[in-house]
Amino acid sequence: MSAGAFDWRRTPGLGSLTGATLMFLYAPLLILVVYAFNANRLVSVWSGFSLDWFVVVANNADIRAAAFNSLVIAVVAAVVSTAIATAGAIGLARGRIGVAGSLAGAFIVLPLIVPEIVVAITTLIFFSAIGMKSGLINLIIAHTVFCIPFALIPIRARLSELGRSYEEAGRDLYASEFALFRRILLPLLLPAIASGLILSFVVSLDDFIISMMVSSAGSTTLPVYVYGMMRLGVTPEVNAISTILLAVSVAFVAVALLVGRRLQRTDFSQQE
Amino acid sequence: MTPAGTIKRSSTLALVAPTVLIIGIFMVVPLGIGLAYSFLTAGPYGGVQQPPTFDAYIQLLFDRDFDGSLVFSPSYIFIVLRSIWIALATTVVCLAVGLPVAWYIVCQSPGRRRVLLFLVTLPFWINTLIRTYCWILILRDQGLINNVLRGAGLVGNPLPLLYNDGAILLGMIYTFLPFMVLPIYAVLERIDPRLIEAAFDLYADRWDVARRVIWPIAQPGALAGATLVFAPALGSFLAPDLLGGGKKLLIGSLIQMQFTSSRNWPFGAALATVVTVAILLIFAARARRAGEAMP
Repeated sequence: MSAGAFDWRRTPGLGSLTGATLMFLYAPLLILVVYAFNANRLVSVWSGFSLDWFVVVANNADIRAAAFNSLVIAVVAAVVSTAIATAGAIGLARGRIGVAGSLAGAFIVLPLIVPEIVVAITTLIFFSAIGMKSGLINLIIAHTVFCIPFALIPIRARLSELGRSYEEAGRDLYASEFALFRRILLPLLLPAIASGLILSFVVSLDDFIISMMVSSAGSTTLPVYVYGMMRLGVTPEVNAISTILLAVSVAFVAVALLVGRRLQRTDFSQQE
Repeated sequence: MTPAGTIKRSSTLALVAPTVLIIGIFMVVPLGIGLAYSFLTAGPYGGVQQPPTFDAYIQLLFDRDFDGSLVFSPSYIFIVLRSIWIALATTVVCLAVGLPVAWYIVCQSPGRRRVLLFLVTLPFWINTLIRTYCWILILRDQGLINNVLRGAGLVGNPLPLLYNDGAILLGMIYTFLPFMVLPIYAVLERIDPRLIEAAFDLYADRWDVARRVIWPIAQPGALAGATLVFAPALGSFLAPDLLGGGKKLLIGSLIQMQFTSSRNWPFGAALATVVTVAILLIFAARARRAGEAMP
């Protein structure tokens, strides 16, 4: 290749465009974080670094209650949906795709393509039609449904990346199906299952629209409560609680994407 | 004996059953009930009652006059058209930015690729409510831009940057841009560098290569990205609500209103049905055109 003189991998201007795009994606978040540490009651007038607003938020009983609800929902929905998705992913990747398989294939994309607002109002209609008014349980069910695809994606990707040779080797050695799962698939899938668990936890924690429509007085989640605060205006408290939510999402997703990937790349070199 | 590498049919059933049942009962059945509700009469305090009627769909196009005759009323149609227009504009801008960015990432070393992909993916997992709220901090009258402009003495009164279509569009582009970059990247990543080198050897210039080599390969990814941006943008609620100030109604906020302040469940269900059918048709058309299963 005529390196130096001409390199088709370097298109002039694209580097700056990408840089500008990343700035567009991250600068607003940075601005939020900076404002959250501003001592001034007036959000946009800087008067020094302060953690006061985080203390105010932490002492707010309503926020604590909403955060607790969010946490309970996210943990239960993530665990349940990941368990369901693990089974579903194995069935879809390794099973004989009959009617049930193609139905499952179609069903798992539904939560991703039907607009959230439609999912929100039909879920509301459903619970009202069957007369189910049990607050947190309703929310946990709704969250489990839309978490399943997010838990399933990394597990399914891992299954297709692995190929079938390990299981075939196990079968040749007369391993039962349960032993295949327990001794071969599960250990190999573990990093992907962990990613799925974390990602569905984050998706549940972040959900706003569905929670807004399905939650009732006692079962407000943190984003729903924060939305209520935002409607009343820009305040330092909103900035602080938003920054906390932002930090939690970023931390968990970074772990899921980075550690999950690292484990996947090293697991074979580690095992002999 | 099962075929190589597959598991027994009964095991397959048992494995996919929970997924099918949970999504079936708590999502597909609700969508069906929503469809049914769109053909019922609105209850006085929300909810629905008998008799069955097409009123909700008629209301989309007509107003009922005092004497009960129907008068064509385009106000809801305007909201639908405005929603489609903003979703389309979002898609076009995301494509115009996403395509070159995806190509830039493909051209980088594997290490840099991973970092850049991570940076593009990360915002997808951050709370949309908070990402949208950030723009209020920037655009409002006492926001960052207006403060800077006034501090520099460039404007006297704050510019009305918030609560207009431009702000909604900006919020939607901000929300959905990662959806465009990733599928285009996924197809461009598999490009054979020899194709491009061959084109340059045959005296193609950059523009020829972009148009006649890269774009045909990027097209399926661009199509996937366009559907992944357009569909959620069409039903979007947060950007119009927070950045449009709730005055500029779009379908998403119109649907939500029917279940809160307006208490007209059948009309909300009818709107939701129209949007969902439109989006499912778009995805079905794309799946057919791509000649493959849906994503």
